[in-house]
Amino acid sequence: MNNLIKGEKHDWEMVIGLEIHAQVKSNSKLFSSSSTKFGSSPNSQVSLVDAAMPGMLPVINKYCVEQAVKTGVGLNAKINNYSVFDRKNYFYADLPQGYQISQYKYPIVGEGKVTIDFKDGTSKDIRIVRLHLEQDAGKSLHDQNPSKTYVDLNRSGVALMEIVSEPDIRTPDEAGMYISKIRSILMYLDTCDGNMQEGSLRADVNISVRKPGDEYGTRCEIKNLNSIKFIKQAINYEAKRQIEILESGGSIEQNTMLFNTSTGKTRPMRNKEEAHDYRYFPDPDLLPLEISKEEIVKIKSSIPELPDELKNKFIETYKLSNYDASVLTAEKQTSDYFNETINSDSELKNHSKIVVNWITSELFSLLNKNNQDLNNSPVSPENLGQLIKLISTNEISGKIAKDVLDDMFSSGKTARQIVDEKGLQQVTDQGEIAKVIDEVIAENPKMVKQYLAGKDKLLGFFVGQAMKLTKGKANPKMLNDILKQKLNKKN
Amino acid sequence: MKIDKNTINKIARLSRIKLDDKESEDYIKDLNSILDWVEQLNEVNTENVEPLSNISSSILPKREDVSNDTNSSEEILENAPDKLEGFFAVPKVVE
Repeated sequence: MNNLIKGEKHDWEMVIGLEIHAQVKSNSKLFSSSSTKFGSSPNSQVSLVDAAMPGMLPVINKYCVEQAVKTGVGLNAKINNYSVFDRKNYFYADLPQGYQISQYKYPIVGEGKVTIDFKDGTSKDIRIVRLHLEQDAGKSLHDQNPSKTYVDLNRSGVALMEIVSEPDIRTPDEAGMYISKIRSILMYLDTCDGNMQEGSLRADVNISVRKPGDEYGTRCEIKNLNSIKFIKQAINYEAKRQIEILESGGSIEQNTMLFNTSTGKTRPMRNKEEAHDYRYFPDPDLLPLEISKEEIVKIKSSIPELPDELKNKFIETYKLSNYDASVLTAEKQTSDYFNETINSDSELKNHSKIVVNWITSELFSLLNKNNQDLNNSPVSPENLGQLIKLISTNEISGKIAKDVLDDMFSSGKTARQIVDEKGLQQVTDQGEIAKVIDEVIAENPKMVKQYLAGKDKLLGFFVGQAMKLTKGKANPKMLNDILKQKLNKKN
Repeated sequence: MKIDKNTINKIARLSRIKLDDKESEDYIKDLNSILDWVEQLNEVNTENVEPLSNISSSILPKREDVSNDTNSSEEILENAPDKLEGFFAVPKVVE
């Protein structure tokens, strides 16, 4: 695979690292009892702690700590028995405390790694530097009034897990696959709802370019990207921008950038003089966070099967390819659906590849077309299983099965019902097929002559005619075999 | 480490505090005397000693994940100098 970008003088390589902010799926905030519900009326979920009223003290949410540990285990990372909360100081209207409670020197989770799988069957590890717990800020609305900014503190104090990767990513696609993988792990663990539209999962991207083999170049950070599409666009634009500067003899200034989603361009957010000085120091309101080995063991034992384990299980049990298995396990609902389908009939285990195809291409495209989700698919796993069984036992052809699936999708009927009602059973009666072929041969003497004279392509024509007469129900293999036999006899 | 005029201006700006010349001079003096005092601690050998985050020996108290369902809007906005439809209204923040 070629990961390089062509330049004027030589090729360039991107070096990318991601900081992912994942909102912990909890009822209440990290340090207060306010609700975390999304979309409530402004400032309705703000406690005196969240509004930073004088004298208020933070009390940590036990559940959020457990979710961070769980996520750490899911990222194959080291869980730190001892971690410390620090104050990250900066001044902004939606940060009433004047500082964000975060973790700096001693995060709750240390080094880990996740694996991304490519279509060609290869895979790559992306190393994780750390995961730490921190508070989210409030929300500012800048575009409602020419002279005012409006502030809603509902999000203020909600628990975030910041997951920082090493700069191991080399292409926009890898960045997309990496965040998809993190999202998938979070959703299997149920520690974050993974909703990028609502901002429950968003990323800052660090990117630099270099001549392959050189030291890392100066990086820029693109803030707050909330879709995989935007992440890829922003990386592409920013890499191009940096290469243009370097090739014209300039140098990159380390900067924080914003990505404009409508123009697809990045621009610097603050100039250098204003560069942030966060003045981190341990928060005197909070004792260090200590987690015992026993607690970690207990949390580990509560962890469900994760995508990679499930992937390996699918490969082993059903002899699937690495890529097929990773597509099935990317989302929990897909792997659940596959599990239920393949276990709906003991025969289906021997046709696992067909099951995968019918879920990931036929059913998915129908769902897409109708803007529906697998979770509320009109076709249940049992019904899809029944349809696949009809194919695997040659009762109906694959072609007719597609029409049957369409019908199942819109009518909610079972495959069996539809096949019986419409009489779609494949014709596998030798005599019946032979009869139809005789008819076709008798009606097309000219074509038969041409075929026998060497025009092999005409075989398709005869198959088509015979299929037409049987309304597509003849077993294609039998039809082909008998047809060839009969034609050759004419010779 | 010495605090000079530049440092005091930077700290003041980061804290959004406006200082006149006289105040700057006073703070430079005050902060320098505090730093001098703390400097003395450098005489202690702290090699291989982990920084102490807290002097209390108690354990961080934790809360259960229970949310209260009260609507805070009215109470929280009570002291706001300016508000609109449930939002705090602040001078425009230009990014």
